[in-house]
Amino acid sequence: MLIPHPLLGLRDAQEFTYLGDAVLLNRPDGMAEGAEAAFAEYVYLRDNPAGVHRELWFHEQGDRSWLVVTRDTTTHEILGAELARDVKLKGGAA
Amino acid sequence: MHFSGLRVIREALTGHKGWKPLWRNPEPQPAYDYIIVGGGGHGLATAYYLAKTFGRARIAVLEKSWLGSGNIGRNTTIIRSNYLLPGNEPFYEFSMKLWEGLEQEFNFNAMVSQRGILNLCHTDAQRDAFRRRGNAMLLAGADAELLDREQVRAMAPFLNFDNARFPIKGGLLQRRAGTARHDGVAWGYARGADMRGVDLIQNCEVTGFRIDGGRISGVETTRGYIAAGTVGVAVAGSSSRVMAMAGMRLPIESHVLQAFVSEGLKPTIPGVITFGAGHFYVSQSDKGGLVFGGDIDGYNSYAQRGNLPVIEDVAEGGMALMPMIGRARLLRVWGGIMDMSMDGSPIIDRTPVEGLYLNAGWCYGGFKATPASGYAFAHLLATGRPHETASAYRLDRFTRGYVIDEKGVGAQPNLH
Repeated sequence: MLIPHPLLGLRDAQEFTYLGDAVLLNRPDGMAEGAEAAFAEYVYLRDNPAGVHRELWFHEQGDRSWLVVTRDTTTHEILGAELARDVKLKGGAA
Repeated sequence: MHFSGLRVIREALTGHKGWKPLWRNPEPQPAYDYIIVGGGGHGLATAYYLAKTFGRARIAVLEKSWLGSGNIGRNTTIIRSNYLLPGNEPFYEFSMKLWEGLEQEFNFNAMVSQRGILNLCHTDAQRDAFRRRGNAMLLAGADAELLDREQVRAMAPFLNFDNARFPIKGGLLQRRAGTARHDGVAWGYARGADMRGVDLIQNCEVTGFRIDGGRISGVETTRGYIAAGTVGVAVAGSSSRVMAMAGMRLPIESHVLQAFVSEGLKPTIPGVITFGAGHFYVSQSDKGGLVFGGDIDGYNSYAQRGNLPVIEDVAEGGMALMPMIGRARLLRVWGGIMDMSMDGSPIIDRTPVEGLYLNAGWCYGGFKATPASGYAFAHLLATGRPHETASAYRLDRFTRGYVIDEKGVGAQPNLH
């Protein structure tokens, strides 16, 4: 798989490590009401879709940036990649 | 139809005209008492034990494709019970004991072969960990032997004992472990269930659950609505997709795991040998092919095929462990979809929907668990209570903080 890094162009997926669903960007507020349940859901539960999936990849062997990669889990086709920082600044993974 | 040596001789002398199909191909009834979703190893075993051991009737298995079309026919056929944690080891040892009597139990040749499994260690710390695991196995009634370097050499002289990074210092041997014919296991359970009146319904995909007031009343399928008071889901690989139809999110990611087989060779590998540090394990099939594998590809996938980097990684592991493998030609590579759970351990439990039960999250280890998983799931469906060896496999253990993290890597499924 080749990941279209927004700054570096096409990079081999082997340069990256995988974390999982990009909803991990939306960390719950530990001080809020019901934080315990929110964290249990955040840490353990996943949509795990068959189809388009937005997910976090870390460019460990490269510029060490975190990317949000959009990928089809049924074909491994990569549909796009953005800097996770930009996604977060735009207001989360949704 | 009873299988026996006498029967084989009689059929050989009469032109093999007396063999019949192993199961019927029934039309779905409008209603059953029990529906098992998923006609793989675990689903078929569940139906078998539900009918035979627990004496239940009006049971159907719904399979979207053909029986045994998923991971039961895609794994590397290893059976073993060499686990450490108290939530796991009694369950897998229960499974091992069921394997030992399985062929007599369901009168079918599953080619269970107790040729042993050897885990290799490379450091003092790893040997200490193996000693501890071996003791945990003995406490649960399993067998375990700690071998030193020379004992390993006597068993497998072809290994590379002086690899600079991972010199072989010894190993943990379970002699009762081994391999089984994976398709034969599915066929044996399917035949045994069918003989006891279970309807095995193929090409029947579940498309939804009908839930009334928090209680299951039946399933929507591509062959119409089928009512049932109790529904058990055993669709590892697709658990998240199926349970999403009941409005549930699971502590599971689906990942692709690849497996490999070489051309047929003369007998060379004595049992199963695992090189955990190098992400490689190998055994030899009765046909002579070296059957081997490594780690999952590491990203969410439903594709049933992997990518080249992991193939290279597994080949490198093989070359580091036993350089002679470089002379063997690779025949086939394939992939299967694993339910990778958040702690690396399975789930056999009820769900928030009354009457709906879940068997999922088998990670790498579903095949060896097939008999005990079927037995424990049938126990749960029939009695409403977990089987004593599967009582730790609760769905809510994650929120309660009772994870069974055999590998100790936390809530990151691709590391289990």
